[in-house]
Amino acid sequence: MSTELPLIGDYSAPTNELSGARVGVVTFPGTLDDRDAARAVRASGAEAVSLWHADTDLQDVDAVVIPGGFSYGDYLRAGAISRFAPMMAKIADAANSDAKLPVLGICNGFQILTESHLLPGSMIKNDHLKFICRDQLLRVENNQTAWTNGFEAGQEITIVLKNQDGQYVADEKTLDELEAENRIAFSYVGWNPNGSRRSIAGVSNKAGNVVGLMPHPEHAIEVGFGPDARGTDGLTFFTSVLTHLVGGKK
Amino acid sequence: MPRIVVDVMLKPEILDPQGKAIAGALPRLGFTSFEAVRQGKRFELSVDGEVTEEILAQAREAAETLLSNPVIEDVVNVEVVED
Repeated sequence: MSTELPLIGDYSAPTNELSGARVGVVTFPGTLDDRDAARAVRASGAEAVSLWHADTDLQDVDAVVIPGGFSYGDYLRAGAISRFAPMMAKIADAANSDAKLPVLGICNGFQILTESHLLPGSMIKNDHLKFICRDQLLRVENNQTAWTNGFEAGQEITIVLKNQDGQYVADEKTLDELEAENRIAFSYVGWNPNGSRRSIAGVSNKAGNVVGLMPHPEHAIEVGFGPDARGTDGLTFFTSVLTHLVGGKK
Repeated sequence: MPRIVVDVMLKPEILDPQGKAIAGALPRLGFTSFEAVRQGKRFELSVDGEVTEEILAQAREAAETLLSNPVIEDVVNVEVVED
């Protein structure tokens, strides 16, 4: 383990329940934030495992992060080509299996998860057509998922938003279902930065193991580099999944 | 070489921000007769040889699975164009 970070916890002792927790980070051609995501995984105390899109071996990971970027240059539709990568088929099977592999999709990763139909809805161009990059205030609407259990319900957090195709859309029936089933994980607070329906920033699947959101928690894990130079709200995503893996104990 | 042309449009109920921007630019160039613009995608799938029913069926399937996302888009046209 490198000493690059102020770790949340050192879980390397073999007696620790989290000893050996492995979180995979998938890299596609055009992925940008895989290294930051791996760094966030290490900051949370787990081991980051690189997964290559063309491989089919999940390498016994306990959870997977699909990071942001512009896989395949966003050609066709954001996430549309990556969705058919061999690794994505493995991840989809594991996420839908009884084991319910926890999967977090960030930005382009969220787009890949909607294209894969692991999450409902889709993203289209921001309503104002501009690329946007800002510190974004979010409300945690559902803290019962594998990736949000460390937050308080209704907690407001600030992480980075940066995208071109961030407008979340789905038909009214789907949106009503998401609300009724408490599957809106995050919503934008204040200004809706991209025209997303019902200000949705992130959603989960029914089981709560698959979560996707447009903003980037992996860019808000370390003092000195996050929003406002101090924000570390993103780290809770990565510690939440470890809490989930040991059975919800905090 | 014959081509199969596939046209994909955003569903009518989905706002098209790009089309809206184009609609805003038209009057600035003096084109004032157009109420709205919606932008779509056209794909051309080239086929070496005759386009059989089976190949056309494959094109339709590709249009529904990869070329369009049924959550936000409709395949509005699949047709064979001979050169």
